[in-house]
Order: sequence, then structure tokens, then C-alpha cells
Amino acid sequence: MSNNPQFIELKSVVDQEEHDFADMQQRHFKVRAQMALENDTLRKSFRGASDFLMGKRKAVFPDSDELEALRDRGEAARQRSLSKLPELLEQLERSLTANGVHVHWAETAEQANDVIHKILERRNARTVVKGKSMVSEEIELNHYLEQHGIECLESDMGEYLVQLGKETPSHIIMPAIHKNKEQIARLMHTRATTPDGEAVPYTEDVDDLIGNARAILREKFRTADAGISGVNMAIAETGTLLLVENEGNGRMCTTVPPVHIAITGIEKVVEKLTDVPELLTLLPRSATGQIITTYVNMISGPRKEGELDGPDEVHLVLLDNGRSRMFNHPELKQTLQCIRCGACMNHCPVYARVGGHAYGSTYPGPIGQVVTPQLSSAGGLAENGDMINACSLNGACGEACPVRIPLPDLIRNLRAEAVKPHRNVGVGDERVPGAGTQRHLTEALIWKGWSTVHKVPFLYRFSTNALAMGRGLMPSKIGPWTETRSTPKPAAKNLHQLARAAGIPDQPDD
Amino acid sequence: MSQSPLVSSESGRRYPDKPSQVYLLGTCLVDSFYPQAGMDAIEVIRAQGVEVVFPQSQTCCGQPAYNSGYEDEARDVARQQLEAFAKDIPVVVMMGSCAGMVHQEYPDLFAGYPEEAAAKALAARTYEFTEFMVSVLNVSLEDKGQTTKAALHTSCSSRRGMKVAQQHKALLGELSGVRVVEPERVTECCGFGGTFAVKQPAISAAMADDKARYMAATDADVIVSADCGCLMNIGGTLDELARKGECKSIPTEHIASFVRRRLEGAEGTKEGQS
Repeated sequence: MSNNPQFIELKSVVDQEEHDFADMQQRHFKVRAQMALENDTLRKSFRGASDFLMGKRKAVFPDSDELEALRDRGEAARQRSLSKLPELLEQLERSLTANGVHVHWAETAEQANDVIHKILERRNARTVVKGKSMVSEEIELNHYLEQHGIECLESDMGEYLVQLGKETPSHIIMPAIHKNKEQIARLMHTRATTPDGEAVPYTEDVDDLIGNARAILREKFRTADAGISGVNMAIAETGTLLLVENEGNGRMCTTVPPVHIAITGIEKVVEKLTDVPELLTLLPRSATGQIITTYVNMISGPRKEGELDGPDEVHLVLLDNGRSRMFNHPELKQTLQCIRCGACMNHCPVYARVGGHAYGSTYPGPIGQVVTPQLSSAGGLAENGDMINACSLNGACGEACPVRIPLPDLIRNLRAEAVKPHRNVGVGDERVPGAGTQRHLTEALIWKGWSTVHKVPFLYRFSTNALAMGRGLMPSKIGPWTETRSTPKPAAKNLHQLARAAGIPDQPDD
Repeated sequence: MSQSPLVSSESGRRYPDKPSQVYLLGTCLVDSFYPQAGMDAIEVIRAQGVEVVFPQSQTCCGQPAYNSGYEDEARDVARQQLEAFAKDIPVVVMMGSCAGMVHQEYPDLFAGYPEEAAAKALAARTYEFTEFMVSVLNVSLEDKGQTTKAALHTSCSSRRGMKVAQQHKALLGELSGVRVVEPERVTECCGFGGTFAVKQPAISAAMADDKARYMAATDADVIVSADCGCLMNIGGTLDELARKGECKSIPTEHIASFVRRRLEGAEGTKEGQS
């Protein structure tokens, strides 16, 4: 089969896509964005996905008053948990330990990878099946384990496809949303093999595609040495790990293999089971427009005596990777409210145009712009300076966020951190990594000059009058603005002049 | 006879009785590029029996620097506006974006500074133009213009920041000869975003291109908005698309100019970038 000309042709297309992806990831943000903007297939995929998901969300929140009330409660629930985060984490550790779950703390991505590797090594595990976990993407776990000779298979359909294509997720909920049906058909046919070692037959039928992947994955679930999953909420009071999913792969990963390792960020802890319903009401509705996910897993320990299912060992790895610093930052703390629903990216007009890969980060879109520079492992503001400027501050994300994270405010706040004068940088632990690194002399001088002109009315009037007088001298091209737009022309008399000439009073009557 | 205070259903904001005089905050963009809109707003407000004061010492609200992260520079400029608009009378702002800066951001910008109280007081008496017309003055207007189709562009800062999309519509709704249409994806950003258009020109242009085409598809006679940055962006893109023969251009107009023209029964747009 692999010698047939059609297979070879399709394989070369898939290989080229892999090459293009790798090439794109090497580039600078603006180049990546430009490449995405010029890719019609990609733009159609993202526009279509955004429209679909916004529509679905709207349909499950028909009453706007009810939605706002729900968002109030969601925000309150998250803030309540965050307000006692250190205590809740200690309580969570106690409850989990009492339930027989091993708790591990990882301050950095390296530590988290190492902890997981050591658990697998001790169990002699060579194959791992994974449920969807953005935190595992954040620490690049697959890469780490593969380097240590452990095979890691993604079992969420989207993640599986992304892994086959040697790419990264382009969306936190729908990792392969950038791929259309034809691309997926080619990928499955040329890169996936059936349990019998055959190439998967070429099909563009969605049910068949899923069926083929399922047949492959079933066998892997059955034989894997360990399962790794994420966590949507960790309940401190009961020591329960809550995991929502739609494909059943999460349940497979966490119950079939003899070892289950869950990994999550420290912010995912909530106090009580009673905190769950309101957040669970918001999460699937905001993410995919579902009332509830197909599977809601509540894991409270390894298999007990007499039970038929479940792993004999359960671990939870709690990752910091910059989250404590977010917790201590007075303005950016709200970053931690996020429940990772993806509604902000579904509603973002920039994301809809450039897609997830343009951001070059684990988390794309508005929440990605806020989280990424604050993570310890992602290069801080020094390497993500352009990303935070890729936002028109239109507010659509903040309006969609189910837990009312003021995303535009946080993006603006990060811009201020990025250009903070050097004299104000470096004290205190709460500083964002790379604060001040985007302060470049020319831009700083421009704003200084701008400020001088605009804080002195005389200078302002002098310069605006000059602009009006010199309107004939305006260049017909002003940078990129006029590449796609006509040239704006100052009026012959400005409003200050017109108002004065018309005798409009300058001061109110007393 | 004084009106009872009105409350906006969207922003929850309470509105005062009709004042005898107001400040006009022209905004720097209107000042140099759309000054006639400022004069039109003054006339329209005066026609309601409210005196308009235009402080010559006003400059810019400070938003460009603020949104770029240059808070000290923004604060220095904003401080000048605290002085220029110091007396306790309402401030009417020509653009939703700058109204949002004063109404929502000034209290944060000056938090912990000596001017904090002044900033809060100014924020509390600052209104966007259509908001002032509809929610404070409760205007009823006599349209003398011929039947026309106007495409309304509500900026993101008017819609989500100031939450005055209703007032935009209500003000145009006062004009009996105007059929208001809205483009497809009406709530989507046009791609202007102030310094965003400068820092990310390719993404901004892609957004503007979509918005301009949706506008063209409305086949309106005029595009009306209370935010001149958006007008410059949408109108400028439409001009360029029209020049390439991809769609017809549509004149753009600040909502104050449009209203004044309708009240006077005048034809054609007076200014604007088209």
C-alpha cells in the first residue's frame, strides 16, 4: 500500500505540511501572523470554527440576565478559591493523601517532567496513553518522555491528529481546529497504522475517520503501562479530581492502565464539591455550547480492594511554573481565575484571523496573551512582546469570559509591565518576567515627546495649528496605514480654531 | 420642569437632570481631522437649550499612551484634562473611545495619586455624545432630511466600554426619514484599535477589509459612527477597495454631523474622509 502512487503523493503533502509548520514556528510573531493571514484554508477553518462555537454558546445562554448572573457566580466561585489558595492546596494534599493519591509539587516545568518520568521509570512503564492536558503541553511532556524512550500517545481525537502531524494544538479545546476534513483524511491515511500494522484506508467520511482512530486507540488503552490526564478542578475538601471530556478517552486513560498520573496547575483547586455545579454549568456551555460534557469523571483515588476497575496507583502533579508570581501580582492575579474554556479565543477577532499557531505559544488567543508572558517557561515579556500588542482592546474576550477575567485590562497591564522604566523594574517577586524589556529608546522618546506636547496646551495648539496649515504637505503615503487605506487629511482649521472663531465660550459661567 | 433621572438598562448608570451648560471634550482626532463634527455637536446641543463650553486648554485624553503601556506619559496628559474640565458641569465627549478613557480609566490611572478625587469626579460627569443626547437630554428631534439609509457603526468602546449602543440607535431612531441598517457581524471590531493599527498593521488591515466589505454590502448612503478612528479606518479602506473597483465607496460621517444635517434638511456630507 505504501508503494502506491496515490499514497506517496498524499504522504508528500502531509510531509510538506509538517515542514511548513516547523518552518512557521521558527519565525517571528509578525511573520507567523502574516503567513496565517495569507493562508485561505487556515482562515476559513478558524473563521468557521469561531462562528460555529460563538453560535453554539449563544444558543445555550438564551437569557442574557441569567448569563450575567451565572458569570457573577462563576467569578465569585473562582475568587473565593483563589483568596485562600495556599490553604486550599494544603487541604487538597491532605485529602488526596488520605484517599491514597500521591501528591507531587513541581515549581518548574523541568521538575514536573522529572517527577512524571521518575514515576514511570519506577513502574518500568514504556508506553503511556494521554488524555487531553494543556498543562502537559505547557511543560512539553511528550517531548521530554520521548527523549527518555517512553512512547506517549495522545488519545483525544484532536490531540491525536496534532501528534500525527507533528504539530502543536492551535486551540486549547479543539487542538486540530486548524485542519479541514481533507487534511485529516490525508494525515490518517499516511501516518496512522491499524493494530495489524496496515495503513488506515483513505476516507473523508467523518464517522469512518473517528472509527479508524478508535480502533487504533482501543488497543493502546488496553496495553498501555500508564495513563496521564489533566484536571479541570481539584476539590480540596474531598480530594477529588474532576475531569470533563467528550470522547471517553479521559475515562480510559484514568481507569484502564495500572498507573494514572494527573497533572494540573495549582490554580485549579476549589474548596468544596458545592463549588463544582456553578463552574460546571459555565465551562461546557462557554467552551462548546454543551449543557454538559459526555463524560464527567470524578476521581477520588486508586482502585480499592474488591473493585473491578481503576489503576492501582494514582498521582497528582501540581505545577507552579510562574503561577505563584501571578498570585502575588496585585493586578495580574485574575489570570488565575481562568477555567480554560476557550471562549475568549472563540470570540477574538484577531484569533479568528491568524489562528492559534501564529501566537507560537501553548495557550493562544486572549488568555494565551495574558498567561504566556507570565509563565516561567515561556520566555517572559522579552520573548512575547509582540504577542501582547496583537490585540485591538475591543473587549469581545472580556465580554465572553464566563468568570469575568478582565482580559483587555490584563493585556494593557502587561504592556505597561513590558515598557516599564528600568528604574521601576527588578524589585519584588511579583514582577512579570522580562518586565521593562520592551522599553526601547526610540519608542520611549516618542511617547515622552508626545506627552510633552499634549500636556502643555500652548504646544498642543502650536502643533495642531501647524498640522492644519501644513495639510497640503502631508505625505500621500503614511507607512502601512495607506497600503490598504486612503490617506487621512487634516482639516484646514482645527476644532480649537473653529470654536474660537465662532465665539464658543472657553470657560463656564460661574 | 426637571426630568426624572434616567437609568441605563445596559450600563446601570444613573443620569442627571438637564444641565444649563456642558463642556465639550472634542478629542484630538476630531480636533485635527473631523473639526466640523465638533462644531455640529455644539450646534445640536445648543439647539436643545444647553450652553456649550469648549476649553481651549484641552488636548488629548491620553489614551494612545495608556493603551501602549506608557502610563506616566498618559497620566501627565490626563492631568491637563482634569484642569481643563475642572468645573462641576457635565462633559460631553465626541468619541466613545475617549469617553471610556475618562469615564472608566481615569479613576484607575490616578488611583493613589493626589488627583484621585478629581479624576473620579470628572469620570462621574463624563458622557459620550449620543448618551448625553438620549439619556440626559432625552431629545426628540424633527428630521427635515430626505429618506436615506444609514449604516451604523458602533465602536467596541461605545458598545462594550461605555455600553451606549442603545443610545446610538435611539438617537438615529429619532430621525423619521432615516432607515438604520447594520452590517453583518455588527459587533466585530473594525481593526482600528489606536496603536494596534500601527503595531500590527497586517492584522488590522485584514480586519478592516472584512468590515469595509460588510459595510459595502449594506448598500447604505452613509456610514455613521461616534468614533472617528473607526470611520477613518473603515472609510479609508472602502476608498481603497473602491479605487480598485472591488466595491463602491460610501461616505462616512460622525453621528453629530449626520444629526445636524438631518435637522437642517441639508444634503450631502460636509466633511469626512470620503
